[in-house]
Amino acid sequence: MAKIVASVNVSHVPAIGAAWDNGKSNDPYWKPIFSGFDFSKKWIAELKPDVILLVYNDHASAFDASIIPTFAIGCAAQFPPADEGWGPRPVPTVIGYPELASHLAQSLILDEFDMTIINEMDVDHGLTVPLTLMFGQPKEWPCRIIPLPVNVVQFPPPTGNRCWNLGRALKRAVEAWPEDLRVVVFGTGGMSHQLQGMRAGLINKEWDTKFLDSLAGDAQWARSVPFIEYVRETGSEGIEMVMWLVSRGALEDKVKEVYRFYHVPCSNTALGHLILENP
Amino acid sequence: MSSDTVRKEPIEGFDDIPGTTLFDAQRARQGYYVNQFCMSLMKAENRAEFKADERKYLEKWPMTEAQREAILKRDWQRMIDLGGNIYYLSKLFSTDGKSFQYVAATMTGLTQEQYAEMMLHGGRTIENNRSKAEWARTGGPAFGGKK
Repeated sequence: MAKIVASVNVSHVPAIGAAWDNGKSNDPYWKPIFSGFDFSKKWIAELKPDVILLVYNDHASAFDASIIPTFAIGCAAQFPPADEGWGPRPVPTVIGYPELASHLAQSLILDEFDMTIINEMDVDHGLTVPLTLMFGQPKEWPCRIIPLPVNVVQFPPPTGNRCWNLGRALKRAVEAWPEDLRVVVFGTGGMSHQLQGMRAGLINKEWDTKFLDSLAGDAQWARSVPFIEYVRETGSEGIEMVMWLVSRGALEDKVKEVYRFYHVPCSNTALGHLILENP
Repeated sequence: MSSDTVRKEPIEGFDDIPGTTLFDAQRARQGYYVNQFCMSLMKAENRAEFKADERKYLEKWPMTEAQREAILKRDWQRMIDLGGNIYYLSKLFSTDGKSFQYVAATMTGLTQEQYAEMMLHGGRTIENNRSKAEWARTGGPAFGGKK
């Protein structure tokens, strides 16, 4: 049987991809950020997951304003890196797992999550930056990856509680797959940041820490946070953190915190990173 | 089994957050062609055509003249006021070779140096930045700068 063994939460700031791709990872500004993932790279190399379910948001790259799916799942065999305005990132094409993804889609829909099924999609920094941070620059990504885009760009995004329940349904779906697979769920984006308006640059370390503590615990407070609190306390783009609840919901009630990293600033953003393992 | 769903989240109160524009369905409608124009810049040949004659390229999109002016002037806050969204606009500022940090800074009233300095010192504080009432009392956005 397939089993979810751990979750990886990580911010997906686009400037990280640009810094890495332009050979700036040892610059004084970037070195502390990339060093924060030394442990994580070793941890995931030892864990050797077979599949990553990668929850992220598309930043108006694959989906334009004409179609805005709330929850989507990538069922294609491969997903090329998107051209976001400066040419595609020089990173490997993502290899999917169409059979497993189609099974997950079917199971989620029967569990009353109205997934949009995506059979062709380019993937943007929301998906590729977390892979760069966790794996560096391999010729190929070391495992299959199933993208799960969540709309957090156009209000309203799904609630944190809904995201948590999607995680629960993903757990059931994975466990119903007969093949022996080690699955890791990535929840990406966040933490506090605001990219627009007079309040741009907002960072709220206390709130972010409370959120990390809740996820490492029973997550019930984090699950109950309403949309307006994310916006008020963590900035208009801090709402991306609802995606961390999908990955947390996919784990057992009690988890083990393996690693945590928090760094300000990363461009406009508080970079957060949390690794949780199932017992 | 319950046959209905219950809304647990309020939909009111969002306009109380100062210096923040929520990209909701009404704004998305208003800014539809601004955002779709930005999306067109994801293709290299369109970027070249836009750079060659920006005004002419913008005339192809059925947006308002005010929206075109905001784009030509690279008035990022105005684009957001007229229905643009930062992730769509990122295709435009990437075409210009500008970063999220550069564009965010232009909307704050700070210089690039002041904004960068604020971020290096822990970012803008949340204290006195939670509500419009706080800004009315304090006279505007709080910076800071808190490690």
